[in-house]
Amino acid sequence: MNVTTRPALLDVARIREDFPILQEKVRGKPLVFLDSAASAQKPRVVIDAMRAAMEHQYANVHRGLHWMSERTTDAYEAARDAIAALLNAPERHEIVITRNITESMNLMAHSFGRGVLKPDQAVLISGMEHHSNIIPWQLLRDERGNELRVAPITDAGELDMEAFERLLSDGKVGLVSITHMSNVLGTYTPAERIVQLAHAYGAKVLFDGAQATVHRRVDVQALGCDFYAFTGHKLYGPTGIGVLWGRRELLEAMPPFMGGGEMISSVTYEKSTWAQVPHKFEAGTPPILEGIGLKAAIDYVQAIGYEAIAAHEASLTDHALARLGALEGVRILGCAQDRGGVISFAVDRAHAHDIATLLDRNGIAVRAGHHCAEPLMHRFGLESTARASFALYTTREEIDFLADSLARVREFFA
Amino acid sequence: MSGTFDDLRDLYQEVILDHGRRPRHSGRLERFDATAKGDNPLCGDRIQVWVKYAPDGTIADTKFEARGCAISVASADLMAEVVAGRNKADTAALFDAFRELARTGACPHCEAAQQEALDRLAPLAGVHEYPSRVKCATLPWHALSAALQGRGEASSEGGAP
Repeated sequence: MNVTTRPALLDVARIREDFPILQEKVRGKPLVFLDSAASAQKPRVVIDAMRAAMEHQYANVHRGLHWMSERTTDAYEAARDAIAALLNAPERHEIVITRNITESMNLMAHSFGRGVLKPDQAVLISGMEHHSNIIPWQLLRDERGNELRVAPITDAGELDMEAFERLLSDGKVGLVSITHMSNVLGTYTPAERIVQLAHAYGAKVLFDGAQATVHRRVDVQALGCDFYAFTGHKLYGPTGIGVLWGRRELLEAMPPFMGGGEMISSVTYEKSTWAQVPHKFEAGTPPILEGIGLKAAIDYVQAIGYEAIAAHEASLTDHALARLGALEGVRILGCAQDRGGVISFAVDRAHAHDIATLLDRNGIAVRAGHHCAEPLMHRFGLESTARASFALYTTREEIDFLADSLARVREFFA
Repeated sequence: MSGTFDDLRDLYQEVILDHGRRPRHSGRLERFDATAKGDNPLCGDRIQVWVKYAPDGTIADTKFEARGCAISVASADLMAEVVAGRNKADTAALFDAFRELARTGACPHCEAAQQEALDRLAPLAGVHEYPSRVKCATLPWHALSAALQGRGEASSEGGAP
């Protein structure tokens, strides 16, 4: 993957002008934001769209018969269309809007886990999951007895496909819930192969696409999966909005998640009936402004195009692996064949928090800690790492500055 | 862009780097009177302290095992040094003073009897500029407090840093 000459498909200097925050200084130095995997910065179009809605066109949706409500409903529902197009979902009604991907995963554990899975069916996850794809299944297991299986990963940080198939082979797994791209290792999982195997053994597949949707075009029909979840704020959109896509017949078979307004068809004290999907899963006033912001973010990303985004990410990742890999005393976690712009590393004799504090003094923002993936840290014999993650607006110069600064960190703690 | 960290010497003074790298009080006490663990669930740092009392009830010896950053290890090591010879009430008062030092960078109301110890702890005062790192410095003290009070565990998330 060490291709050094790739077509410069992305005009990063121009893209950086779209992100007002990148003009900010940190401790008197230019902001070098390498923590986009935690949450990405927002382009002007997202900020403007949310502001315009609040200033000119805002009311609650789906219920008012007045002009403002109807216009706001149109603007909010346009987000559902944009999301459906982003994922190439067959139907817009298969897009469930949540508050974040953690809520999407909990919706699945509640409505699919408790409503569709039988207690003797298992859930299969991998050894590189975010806590949000571990804890909901632990809660399900502890309440209903559904076994939780964990497919191990290799030293390279890839899914162990032999073990994965072995864990499916008794046919007891009802759902494979697995990351599409690790938030720690940057590894892309072999999604098509995972779906083929899972379906061959009778299991449905849910992908955690929190990281993958940022860097690669996701086509749920091409993947063949049954559910796909992601979150808005990592995709240059606002916080407070997440997504769950599911096949219509599966969503229809699932009981509601939360109860309240919006999700009902009729209500009496004796019995209530539920709205059609997706509204059955969307109790309460939805994230209206966040939907409008996410649509602007998706439009922005689509206009740039995933081909250019993926090429940019690959070029940055190759460069970073080469630069950081050449530093003595710096250990990069994992070496997957198919990996993207998320790189976790440890430095000899320097704790991750000390690394982060030192880098911060140069204006460089990295994440330090267990990245909400404690079992994965333990798998590599570590408690915490520092993590640099890349976005549309990341430059090669920023990565060079990170590498130069890391060399100084190592000297500092030598 | 310059790659210098010279201005970080206010946070990572030589004494912190030195005690962080080569703590003098690291290890377990084979015979001890009190012990407790401290845990910062936000960052995964953990510490366990062991305390041995003298016949008069003052602290005779403190040792610790820590998994954490340079600041937390240095803080634990300096703590073990300055609490030697103090009784429980003295140690609690010193923790209060140190907490103020770590949070604000100074302790104007601290007692004269604590001054020597606070001078020794002063290199850690730089954490006050880094709110997320204050807990690194205070976690060992939370663990020590728990041990002295007969509680087995302390968490950095239990209340005030």
